[in-house]
Amino acid sequence: MHYKRIKEKIYQWIFTILAFASLFFLVGIMIVLFREGTPIFKEVGFSKFIFGTKWYPTHEPAEFGILPLILGSAWVTAGAVLVCVPLGVGSALYLNEIATFRQRQCLKPLIELLASIPSVVYGFFGLVVVTPFLQNLFNLPTGMTALNASLILGLMATPTVCSISEDALSYVPRSFREASFAVGANRWQTLTRVVIPAAGSGISTAIILGMSRAIGETMTVLMVAGGAGVIPKTFLEPVRPMTAAIAAEMGEAPMGGSHYQALFAIALVLFLATFIFNIIAEIISRRYRIKLGLSG
Amino acid sequence: MKKLAILILVGAVSISLAVSDCFAEKIVVVGSTTVLPIAQKTAEVFMDENPGVDISVRGGGSSVGITALIDGNCDIADSSRSIKDSEIEKAAANGRDPVAHIVAMDGIAVVVNKLNPTAKLTKKQIRDIYMGRITDWSQLGQKPGKIVVVSRDTSSGTFEAFGELIMNKEKVMPGALMQASNQGVAQIVAQTPGAIGYVGLGFMSESIKPLEIDGVMPSSETVLSGKYPVSRPLFMYSNGKPQGAVKNYLDFVKSNRGQELVDIQGYVGLK
Repeated sequence: MHYKRIKEKIYQWIFTILAFASLFFLVGIMIVLFREGTPIFKEVGFSKFIFGTKWYPTHEPAEFGILPLILGSAWVTAGAVLVCVPLGVGSALYLNEIATFRQRQCLKPLIELLASIPSVVYGFFGLVVVTPFLQNLFNLPTGMTALNASLILGLMATPTVCSISEDALSYVPRSFREASFAVGANRWQTLTRVVIPAAGSGISTAIILGMSRAIGETMTVLMVAGGAGVIPKTFLEPVRPMTAAIAAEMGEAPMGGSHYQALFAIALVLFLATFIFNIIAEIISRRYRIKLGLSG
Repeated sequence: MKKLAILILVGAVSISLAVSDCFAEKIVVVGSTTVLPIAQKTAEVFMDENPGVDISVRGGGSSVGITALIDGNCDIADSSRSIKDSEIEKAAANGRDPVAHIVAMDGIAVVVNKLNPTAKLTKKQIRDIYMGRITDWSQLGQKPGKIVVVSRDTSSGTFEAFGELIMNKEKVMPGALMQASNQGVAQIVAQTPGAIGYVGLGFMSESIKPLEIDGVMPSSETVLSGKYPVSRPLFMYSNGKPQGAVKNYLDFVKSNRGQELVDIQGYVGLK
């Protein structure tokens, strides 16, 4: 008896430690980001760093303005949302409302398979197929543009958006639908006025998580976005998102130098952005559970 | 299943321990990605002939290599630029003494798409293109079309050399497509009719077209004779006068056989 209880205690401790390990790593990463990234604000000044429009990290004298990089990330993320929302939510609706059991069994794993393709493969596809295609289609000087990155990122975020939206739709209680049909609403009315609003916060969560997937994606944008550090005016211009700048430059930035610190500061900005996205998603999904009377 | 996994793990660990144990001397080479192919190839051949020496070669960039040498984390630093004064001071403060060895010459070819009829440009024209003063091929007497400027990332040694040899330290315009590798540049230039880019001679291929600069075509001969204006020496730095295995390896790189390997990798050997 006694032995059993000790064993139980040991297991309990092991799992407690494992559960807190991710918290430990999160805090560790945050500490490193702050410690390595914040010194640059002393050197350049916070607003000059965030709102500066020139990124010349290795020039003498160096200029560290990351506004073009922030806007680059913002553009491709916004573009990705325009792609992944119709695709992801649309397929979730189809899966949940229209698809037969067979179609569902076959489609859902296929859509989820999109998520398991390595990002470098997406990048390669973008580089070799989408780039020349866009170049010819719009008669552009180069096909490596924000649009190209948006299309690919949107495709990559689709499985996230689809499977979370689909979950949200399936959580809508049967009684909601039955009540709607009972008062004489047809299928379309039930879908647009009852089911989607009821699952709305779940779908919003899905979209926000899709966005945080898109903004953090690195390899693909490094390969297809073009990498020009200019403030983009249209989707048909090359951009240099934050992740691409970090990935391309970190390897050769001397450790501890201003350039190195500036890259860490960019990582910090990126981290805060995804952190905020995730918190918003969490808040919305919590509200949604309460609204539907599900256990919070 | 679990037992099998443990067995494999134990096996792998003991094999790797055994392998690393039986090598007496270890040389760590870190630095420029431009010098990397030379270091890899020569290390490979050298190790075949000297089984008692283990050379591990890593990239990372010239600055990374020199920093590692200063901090005592490597035996040889590959670099595509000469060491900076600030780095010499840091090294002295750490009690390290970097000694330069020129191991090859590298030319940077300015390249355009194969469909582009342009055959020659002057250094000044190229500088104006990269500064954004010339933006259309019609300004250079060609068919109108926007010039797509492709550059290497600001932290690469090739960018640094290009900045010194062509740009006179002027800034490359922000609208340039910054690529993380020589292959990336070659790829874009190959598939973009209006593009101009630059790559190390070692990365020239059939799909892109090199330009004459100030009337000189990039080639082994023109780089070695110093006629081609965009060429640079490539270095390996050792700490102090090289000794033992490090000396043997560097001597091998500089020997006729080593320099043949340099040529095979697409750079310009010194002999």
